Amino acid sequence: MNPIIDVSRLCKIVSLARPPGEAAVKPAPELVILQDIDIAVMAGESVAIVGASGSGKSTLLGLLAGLDLPTTGSVRLDGTDLARLDEDGRAALRARLLGFVFQSFQLLPAFTALENVMLPLELAGVAGAGDLARAMLRRVGLGERLAHYPKYLSGGEQQRVALARAFVMRPKLLMADEPTGNLDAATGASVIELLFELNAELGTTLLLVTHDEALAGRCGRIVRLAAGRIVGEPVAA
Amino acid sequence: MSEIKLALRLLLRDWRAGELRVLALALIVAVASVTSVGFFADRVRQALTRDAHQLLGADLVLIADHPWKPDIADEIGKRGLAFAETAAFISMARYGAAATLTGVKAVSNGYPLRGKLRVSAGLNLPDNDTDVVPLPGVAWIDERLAMALSLRLGDAVEVGKLKLTVGAILTLEPDRSASFFNFAPRLIMHVDDLPDSGLVTTGSRVTYSLLAAGEPEAVSALEKALKPRLGRGESLQSLENARPEIRNTLDRSQQFVGLTALLAVVLAAVAVSLATRRYSARHQDAYAVMRCFGASSGRLLRLATLEFIALGVAASAVGCLIGFAAQFVIAGFVTELIGARLPVPSALPAAQGFLTGLALLLGFALPPLLQLRNVPALRVLRSDIGLPEQATVLAWGTGVSVISCLLVWQSGDLKLGLTVLCGFAGAFLVFGILAHVSLRLLARGNGRGAGANGGSGRSMWRYGLANLQRHARTNTVQIMALALGLTAVLLLTFTRGDLLATWQATVPADAPNRFIVNIQPEQKQPLLDLFKTSGLTPPPVHPMIRGRFTAYNGKPVRVEDFEERDRRMAEREFNLSYMAALPDANEVVAGRWFAANDAAAFSVEEGIAKRLGWKLGDTLTWQVAGREYSAPIGSIRKLNWDSMRVNFFVIASPGLMDAAPTSFITSFHLPEARAAYANAVSQRFTNLTVIDMSAILKQAQSVIGQVVRAVQFVFLFALGAGVLVLYSALLSTQDERQKEAALMRSLGASRAQILSSQRAEFAVLGALAGLLAALGATGIGWAIASQVFHFPYQVNHWVWLAGPLAGLACMALNAWSGARSALNHPPLLALRES
Repeated sequence: MNPIIDVSRLCKIVSLARPPGEAAVKPAPELVILQDIDIAVMAGESVAIVGASGSGKSTLLGLLAGLDLPTTGSVRLDGTDLARLDEDGRAALRARLLGFVFQSFQLLPAFTALENVMLPLELAGVAGAGDLARAMLRRVGLGERLAHYPKYLSGGEQQRVALARAFVMRPKLLMADEPTGNLDAATGASVIELLFELNAELGTTLLLVTHDEALAGRCGRIVRLAAGRIVGEPVAA
Repeated sequence: MSEIKLALRLLLRDWRAGELRVLALALIVAVASVTSVGFFADRVRQALTRDAHQLLGADLVLIADHPWKPDIADEIGKRGLAFAETAAFISMARYGAAATLTGVKAVSNGYPLRGKLRVSAGLNLPDNDTDVVPLPGVAWIDERLAMALSLRLGDAVEVGKLKLTVGAILTLEPDRSASFFNFAPRLIMHVDDLPDSGLVTTGSRVTYSLLAAGEPEAVSALEKALKPRLGRGESLQSLENARPEIRNTLDRSQQFVGLTALLAVVLAAVAVSLATRRYSARHQDAYAVMRCFGASSGRLLRLATLEFIALGVAASAVGCLIGFAAQFVIAGFVTELIGARLPVPSALPAAQGFLTGLALLLGFALPPLLQLRNVPALRVLRSDIGLPEQATVLAWGTGVSVISCLLVWQSGDLKLGLTVLCGFAGAFLVFGILAHVSLRLLARGNGRGAGANGGSGRSMWRYGLANLQRHARTNTVQIMALALGLTAVLLLTFTRGDLLATWQATVPADAPNRFIVNIQPEQKQPLLDLFKTSGLTPPPVHPMIRGRFTAYNGKPVRVEDFEERDRRMAEREFNLSYMAALPDANEVVAGRWFAANDAAAFSVEEGIAKRLGWKLGDTLTWQVAGREYSAPIGSIRKLNWDSMRVNFFVIASPGLMDAAPTSFITSFHLPEARAAYANAVSQRFTNLTVIDMSAILKQAQSVIGQVVRAVQFVFLFALGAGVLVLYSALLSTQDERQKEAALMRSLGASRAQILSSQRAEFAVLGALAGLLAALGATGIGWAIASQVFHFPYQVNHWVWLAGPLAGLACMALNAWSGARSALNHPPLLALRES
């Protein structure tokens, strides 16, 4: 069986702005964010990427989702090499494969909870978007708050809407970036509970970025990042 | 289909969330402004086309300032065409002791050949078409004359030596309908009465018309045959060139009001641009999320474009409806001017409205939207990644091109359109620079005082002033927009009145207010005697000779050699005079005034000499009653037209033209208490015309007043658009203000403290905009007074108070909603949103 995510010798290096006054003859200084990353994730697995702030976790997630391009190395999603796709091709691949949950929720402020969940269905042209979205919001316990705008929802509720939005498309792969980063411990725990429940129900592959060891511990495998490199062997949790 | 459906859904959601309201309102105001003028002009234009035959009263009209030779009338009869003739002139109509200046038209049987006269049997009674004209001895008068002289049917109205029985009230005269600037009331009589009236004498100005109607082929054959036979002072009007004066007046006023409407469009464009920028800034996250969900940039662009086009179409439709309603108001203001029933407007102005709305969207909203599709999807993970700024120049470039095209299109004239565009650009630039510099100076002054101790109120005030500089860009835009709108309002309220008052003040209190024309040589002495016996000082009486300019330096004058605007001047009959002494209020600027024993010469007025290219020493030849009079130009005079005295363009030296047929003219000051004297003159000398200048001025002012009211009404759209710019500029900083207010409140600032800081900022903005507007209005007033009317402009000091007060009022209204929302927004919510 082919891995759903196959990362090979991935590097991300960015040029830094030259300090003022420095001669332009020297090459601009560079910052290595990620170096020699190799990861393979099989369908149905749950993998946590952990590391301290600045270790390159979120950059890695962006590269895996095709939101950004690596300096060298390759990323294959469900067998497709992202480097061979243009921006729109990568977007189409995301539409087919991926669901997202973000630390800052990223709900559209002008849309109600229901409309936020409907949006990916509408973009994909799925019929009956309203019913599917309603059902999913009921599943995450927000059946009474369909018509509420994000600013009138608590942080936990907003992240539940985001979970509903991510799972309503029944993605093969869910990527979550610090999903509890903006929540208090109790709320965070309940959101994570829901995330894993839905993951299990729908058989989604889960890739979770976090600095929370306890949360990482709930995943099947942990990849540790430090200063842009994978440290130690991938371990089974 | 699904794409359109989704775009409409997105539109609905954005609309409900209030993201698009300012944008839609700006479009509505712009479209309403343009279509209100468009619908109105369309109706008048349709009326003109519909009434083209009636406007002429015939298929072909021959017009001359002298009686037509009989062979021309015979020619019309020979060709089997219907024929009628008219003679029109201004004279006094009298009844009892009352007399009033009247437009008299003597008509033959059959008049009008096209259209019908309508008459009624008394004032306010139903009217009917009639196929006849007044019989000899009968006059038909219009309502204004009936009111002015208290005439009723059966009364005998006197015109010249005639006593005519009032036979009907004239309610509609087709070839007079839709005619602008008809000052005098109307009297129609039979042409056979004319010789006995004693009104057609030397020096009287009569317009003689021959009317013809019939089969189109016969009419055009007649036109072809007569055209080469037309002499000086003779012209021909057919359906194609009917009533050029009405068409010109209409085109001019429509151009002017149309450009006024465009002020609203220009301001609305700024509002559209600001509102779309805010939309684009607030939707970066949404677009990033959608890209993350797999929407391609092309798809996002299509969705956004569809969403905005749907908005544009809806807003334009609403704008058209408002414009349609508003044109009734404009038509209401100028009903008296038009005097004709207007047809239902066509759909064309609505199409123009839609075009304007969509052009505004294309020019000002699309560029920021185009940028939006480039939002990097990575923004979902890193909020610091946003849009590149480089497309700003391109965006404004597109917008300015669109506005330029709209201006040129609306004005229908490249030069005029570009002039207005430069005017707007100049005003924006000057106001922008002044606003920017003032803000910087204020901020600097504020910074110097920052170290001083003060109460919390003062520190909040200072914090508010510091905000001026912090939001310098949007504040400059706000000041510019408000100042431009207020300048327009101040111009129409203060400056217009000031100009009129200043002009009136330049006319001395004892300036002549009555003219008497048509005085025959034998009446001169009896008239002066009447002055003496009535206890009035006899005024100077000047000879007046009507002559045609026939040769210049010995070469025959050809009208075609003159520029279009000077042709009429060269072609018409001039009022010439002769006198020994230089008249009052005249000053010789070149050559010298006639001295005894000098050779015969002419003295000409400076302005006309310039227009017709006359120079000192050039020989002018004038034809008077078939005889030619030639002499060189001996002097050029400058004269004060505002003196209200009798002025002449051309004066001959004594002896040169004394033998020519002459009438006399005089002007004098008649105190209001002695107004009856004018009637006494009319009673005694029935052929004389006494013109009351103050009445004519009043009438002219009322006509101008009507146009100004219409323009003022259209300016309301501009003001509305200005307020929208203010509001959208305020909104563009609202998110930041809310966040600041929330932070300050969470740091312990009271509601009053935050209000005081916001008040400081808005008060300065409003006052600055008002001051700039006062400066603008004064500057334009000065330019008009000194450059156009050539009199010293007296600044109205109230404008310096009214400007800032109006600015403060607008700002207060605007800020009130902004400040309220910033304060009523719970700090936690504001901080969470940020």
